[in-house]
Amino acid sequence: MASITLKDLVKAYGDTEVLHHIDGQIEDGEFVVIVGPSGCGKSTLLRMVAGLETVTGGEIHIGDRVVNELEPADRDIAMVFQNYALYPHMSVRENMAYGLKIRKISKDEINRRVEEAADILEIRPYLERKPRQLSGGQRQRVAMGRAIVRDPQVFLFDEPLSNLDAKLRVQMRLEIRKLQQKLGVTSIYVTHDQVEAMTLGDRLMVLNGGYVEQFGTPIELYDRPETMFVAGFIGSPAMNFLPAEVANGVTTLSNGAQLGVAQGQGNVVLGVRPEHLEPQEDGAIEVQVQLMEQLGANTLLHGALKGTDTEMVVSLPGHVTAAPGTEMKFGAAPENMHFFAPDTQKRIE
Amino acid sequence: MVENRPILTLVSHLVLIFGVVLVALPIWITFVAATHDAVRMTQAPIPLLPGTHFLENLKATLFGSGLSSAEAAPVWRMLLNSLAMALMIAFGKIVISLLSAFAIVYFKFPFRMGFFWLIFITLMLPVEVRILPTFEVVANLGMLNSYWGLTVPLIASATATFMFRQVFLTIPDEMLESARIDGAGPMRFFIDILVPLSRTNIAALFVILFIYGWNQYLWPLLITTDNDMTTIVMSIKQMLEAAEQSPQWNIIMMTALLAMIPPVFVVIAMQKLFVQGLTETDK
Ligand SMILES: Nc1ncnc2c1ncn2[C@@H]1O[C@H](COP(=O)(O)OP(=O)(O)OP(=O)(O)O)[C@@H](O)[C@H]1O
Ligand SMILES: [Mg+2]
Repeated sequence: MASITLKDLVKAYGDTEVLHHIDGQIEDGEFVVIVGPSGCGKSTLLRMVAGLETVTGGEIHIGDRVVNELEPADRDIAMVFQNYALYPHMSVRENMAYGLKIRKISKDEINRRVEEAADILEIRPYLERKPRQLSGGQRQRVAMGRAIVRDPQVFLFDEPLSNLDAKLRVQMRLEIRKLQQKLGVTSIYVTHDQVEAMTLGDRLMVLNGGYVEQFGTPIELYDRPETMFVAGFIGSPAMNFLPAEVANGVTTLSNGAQLGVAQGQGNVVLGVRPEHLEPQEDGAIEVQVQLMEQLGANTLLHGALKGTDTEMVVSLPGHVTAAPGTEMKFGAAPENMHFFAPDTQKRIE
Repeated sequence: MVENRPILTLVSHLVLIFGVVLVALPIWITFVAATHDAVRMTQAPIPLLPGTHFLENLKATLFGSGLSSAEAAPVWRMLLNSLAMALMIAFGKIVISLLSAFAIVYFKFPFRMGFFWLIFITLMLPVEVRILPTFEVVANLGMLNSYWGLTVPLIASATATFMFRQVFLTIPDEMLESARIDGAGPMRFFIDILVPLSRTNIAALFVILFIYGWNQYLWPLLITTDNDMTTIVMSIKQMLEAAEQSPQWNIIMMTALLAMIPPVFVVIAMQKLFVQGLTETDK
């Protein structure tokens, strides 16, 4: 087992820098999810840890070694790819054994490890099949089996579930988590799906445009987003952002409504999650409903802040009916109101 | 087209049958001629049904010196020469072009694309075009009248290199990355992953190249003077010349028949892989 340290890590393709001075410490046995929108550099970062991309600047430590110059095979890692990357001409058993064979591990030991992994993943009946004779979910397991048999210091996953259907994804997600807890191997997992990130990760590294926006536990990210990007990215439906002005401890919304909770001074952005808005008789946030979505467990009201065209979403528990055009008043607990500076997009305390 | 019009079916069948007969008739006549004795073959009209001398002719052709008049090598020797030449050309071309394509696709070296285009340009220079300088080189290397002389100048192949390059480009990058994480070095990756994945393409190419090698005529004619190095395709021409004086059509036709068998055998044996190799796209 090993910890991973990223120190001032930079990646550039030619003149374009795609990762900017990334720092981070991943503890031994921790499951860290790198999450962010498409093109933000998640895969690039993971592949640098794997040794598949060169490092432009900074250092990567695995355990107490600097691995910048090491070949992937010498870094003691295993990687699961999005499209599984199984060798099509080898049976499941051969696929799992290939890396061990190259390392000249004895036949008996290879068989023992492959069968052990196959039992954990419940793919024993398929050991002699070729990858094309397996379903997507089974291939996914084989790809994980290939990683497990190697008994590495670090697991790396690059969107391993994105080729599966929604139901199977949820199931595999849980299995990956259980497996990682059982084996206790330090893991880095890349995804663009924030729900996947929240359920899997001990900690999440939110990347945006090659910068780390925030690195913390799912609850920290949800309760105290450091930037507007994180606030909007984590949580579904996304947080409402209302332009506002703060003066003398009073927040004035763009429609003139006033709230007694305030942070900062001058122009700010007030962020409130849809599920944190509660109907209140004297609530200051008045919403004109335009559309209603009944999801069973909760109801989503889409509309705008009254008198403005600032779009808002409200999530209410249970069944609520509201005809289009209805005006409703909401309030929120002070700890659920987040203030951001419009220029830096950073949280104001 | 799935249509059910009897007239159309009839006509298309007639056309197809006509085509088959057109192709098969000469082969049939060759076969028939190989089963009669020499005398019968000089009488008109030529026979259209098989005779009784097949085994006799076969023996005379294989182990006799082909035509009794010429001092040529026995036909089995020529078959062997042709086989060796065709196999060496086919294997040589496949190995060399696999390796060149591997280098061009997977390695970064200075002037990589330059080399690629150099190889590509040799498409314009088949043996027939560069025959004199090539002969000079082979002669200086002392490779006249040897299997090396017969095959080496024909081995470099831009077409095959190009084809394998296309095949390798369809193999996803993750395959290489997986192999790197598994600890496979370049040659290991080549042998364990690339070659098996190109299996069907190799088979298809083997069929084409075997026939190409088998049918070589001009180059063997130039490079071999020793009767022991004669190939079967060359010998047919020589026999036809000899036939001006003493027409032994039964022996000539038997030789022609024997010359046809190995390519046919290769095509039939590799047919399944061959079709897969030319049609299959995904890896
Ligand atoms: N070989 C390359 N040359 C130049 N730019 C590249 C190269 N590979 C990636 N990039 C750029 O680096 C950035 C990050 O790419 P990366 O693949 O890491 O994104 P990602 O976060 O994994 O996205 P996705 O969720 O779509 O997989 C992208 O803007 C991409 O255009
Ligand atoms: Mg990616």
